[in-house]
Amino acid sequence: MAAEEEGAGMDSLSGLRMDIGNLLVFDATDPGIEEASTSSDDYDEQCLRKGARAIQALAEKLFNMPSEADKYGRLVILPPPTTKLPREKPLPKPRPPTKWEQFAQSKGIKKRKRSKLDFDEDAGEWRRRYGYKRVADERDIPVIEAKSTDEPGEDPFSNMKKEKKARIEKQEKNRLQNLKHTLKVAGKSALPSTVQLSTMALPITGSAQVPKKLTKDELGEIAGHASTATASVGKFDRKLEGEKPAKHAGKHRKFLPVVGSSKEEKQQSDKILDKVLSRHNQEIVDVNKVSDLIFAFRGLANFSHGVLGFCVGC
Amino acid sequence: MLRVVKPKTKQARRALEKRAPKIKENVKKALLLHGTSTSAVVKGVLSDLHHIKKDGGNAVHWTRKNENIRPFEPAGAAPLEFFSKKTDCSLVVFGSHSKKRPNNIVFGRFYDNHVYDFMELGVERYKSVKDHGGARKFSPQVGSKPCFAFIGEAFESDEKCRQFKEMMLDFFRGEEVDRINLAGLDRVFVCVATATKVLFRHCAIRLMKSGTKVPQIVLVDVGPSLDMVFRRNQTPGEELRKEAMRTVSKAPQKKIKNVSSDMMDGKVGRIYMPKQEVGEIALKKMKGLKRERREAAAALPDGERKDEARKKLRQNDEQ
Repeated sequence: MAAEEEGAGMDSLSGLRMDIGNLLVFDATDPGIEEASTSSDDYDEQCLRKGARAIQALAEKLFNMPSEADKYGRLVILPPPTTKLPREKPLPKPRPPTKWEQFAQSKGIKKRKRSKLDFDEDAGEWRRRYGYKRVADERDIPVIEAKSTDEPGEDPFSNMKKEKKARIEKQEKNRLQNLKHTLKVAGKSALPSTVQLSTMALPITGSAQVPKKLTKDELGEIAGHASTATASVGKFDRKLEGEKPAKHAGKHRKFLPVVGSSKEEKQQSDKILDKVLSRHNQEIVDVNKVSDLIFAFRGLANFSHGVLGFCVGC
Repeated sequence: MLRVVKPKTKQARRALEKRAPKIKENVKKALLLHGTSTSAVVKGVLSDLHHIKKDGGNAVHWTRKNENIRPFEPAGAAPLEFFSKKTDCSLVVFGSHSKKRPNNIVFGRFYDNHVYDFMELGVERYKSVKDHGGARKFSPQVGSKPCFAFIGEAFESDEKCRQFKEMMLDFFRGEEVDRINLAGLDRVFVCVATATKVLFRHCAIRLMKSGTKVPQIVLVDVGPSLDMVFRRNQTPGEELRKEAMRTVSKAPQKKIKNVSSDMMDGKVGRIYMPKQEVGEIALKKMKGLKRERREAAAALPDGERKDEARKKLRQNDEQ
C-alpha cells in the first residue's frame, strides 16, 4: 500500500524515532491534531489513522528482524531498550566482609568444596555430612571411653550437649556482631533482605524475664477497669472523641449469695480443685518442682535401704 | 540491645526477597486510589486502568475514600509514601474531583518509597471500555506487552509532554523482555498531542494479511479513551534523577553447571544418570516371544494343551 511504502521508505526522513526494545514509536514531525476544526469523533478517527501508520512502521522493522524458533512460534530477538527509566529501588549495596572473611582473606584461606556425602565406617554406608542420619551424629554414640582427665561424677554426654549449645550461642553472637558491623558501615540497605535488626528493651528490674506483650483484649479490659475507678463509677465522665464505651458495664465480679443452695458452692469449689490438680496445668502447680521432689524423696528412701541393708522400721 | 529478626516461614522469606532491591527489577506495581470526593468519570478511569494493569498482581485498586492526601504538598504526600511502602507499589494513580479541579487524575512515581515525580491531568472527555463495546473477539489479551505510539512534536519540545511520555512508558511497559512472539502484539497505547490537550487511546492491533511478510496493521479502539489537559506537575531534583537512573554496567552472570567447552568438540555437557538395573528394566512385550510360548504350550501333555494354549494366546492377543 502506498501509505505503507511511504512510511517504510521515509523512515529516517519522516522522523519516526523508535525504541524497539520498548516497542515504542515516536513521530516527532507530525504537527498533531488541530483542535478548532475537528470534532471529538474526528479526533478518534485521526488518532487511529496516525497510530496505525506509526505502528505499521514499527511492524516493518520488527518482522524483518532476526528470529529464533520456539515451541509456540518464532520469537523475535529484541534489542535492549534505549529509553532510560528511573528505578524503583536503589541498587543493592555490597556488604562489607565479615570478621571471618577478613581473616580468611589476610591468611589466604580459600573455600573448598566439600562433597555432600561421606562414608560412615560404623554404619558402612554413605551418609550426609549434616542433617537427618548424618555421619557423626552425637546422639548415635553409644559408648564414650573415659579419659584420665575426666573427673568422676561428670556426664560426658551432657557435656557434649552443653558444648554444642555453647558453640551455637557463640555463633549467634558472632553473627549478630557481623550484622551490627554491616549496619554501622554500610547502613540498613546492605543487610540481607530477610533480616532485620530490632531493638529490644529489657526491663530494669532484676528478673531476666521479658515482659509479656499485652493483647488488645487485655488492654481493653484494663482500660475499662481504670475508667470505672472513679467515685461515680465512671458514669458521669466526659468521654474523649472516638472513645468507645466500656465493655463490662456494671459489676465486674459475681459472687454467690451468702444464703442459698449449697449445690452451686460445691460446683464452684469442685471447679477450682479440678483446675489446680489437672495434668495440663502448669501455672498453678509447677510440675517440674513436684516431680523433682518426688524423685528426691524416692531416691532418699532407696539410699537409706541400700546403706543400711535391711528395712528399718518398714 | 539489638536482636536479629528473621522470617519464620519460607513463604514470608520469599515475599521479603521479592521486595528486596535487585539489579534487574520487578515490574512496577501501581496503586490506584481516590480522595474524599470523586466523580463517576474518575472512578471509571481508575477501574479501567486497573483492569489493564492487574495481570500478575501489578495493580492494587482501593475503593474507599482516603482523606488528607494532597500530592503536591510535602506533608500531604506522606500518606502516599506510606501506602507505597506497605503495598510495594512504586506507581500511584490518585483520582479526585473538586470544583476547581474537576475529574483530576494524578500519576505519580516513587523512588525508594519517596516521591519521585507527579503529573496532574484533568480528564475532559472519557469513553470507557464498556462504551466501546466491552470485551470482544479481538480484544487484547490480559497481560500482553503493549506497543507505544507518541505522535506530535510536543512530546519532545514541551516539558510536561515529555514527562507524560516517560510516565506512560513506565506505567504500561510491563516486563523487560529480549524475545517476543510477534503474534502476541495485540495492544497499542496511542498518545497524540494537540495544542492544549493530549489524547490518549488504547487500541487493539489486528494483523491483516498483506502480500508481504509484514502484515497490515489495523487499529481498533477498545478503550479507555481519555482527552486530558495538563495541570500541575512536579519533577524530581537533579540529584534524585541521577541516582534513580543509575545502572550497573554488567549484571553478574549466573553459573551454568555441567557445561564446558572443548577446542575439538565445542560445547560439551555432562549428564548424570542414576544407576540402572539392566536386568530389571521393563521392556515392551515382544510379539516374537509369543511363538516361544506356543512352543512351550506344545510341550505340555495333550489334555491340558489345548486349553492352556488357547488361554495363553488369548491373553497375549489382549495385551
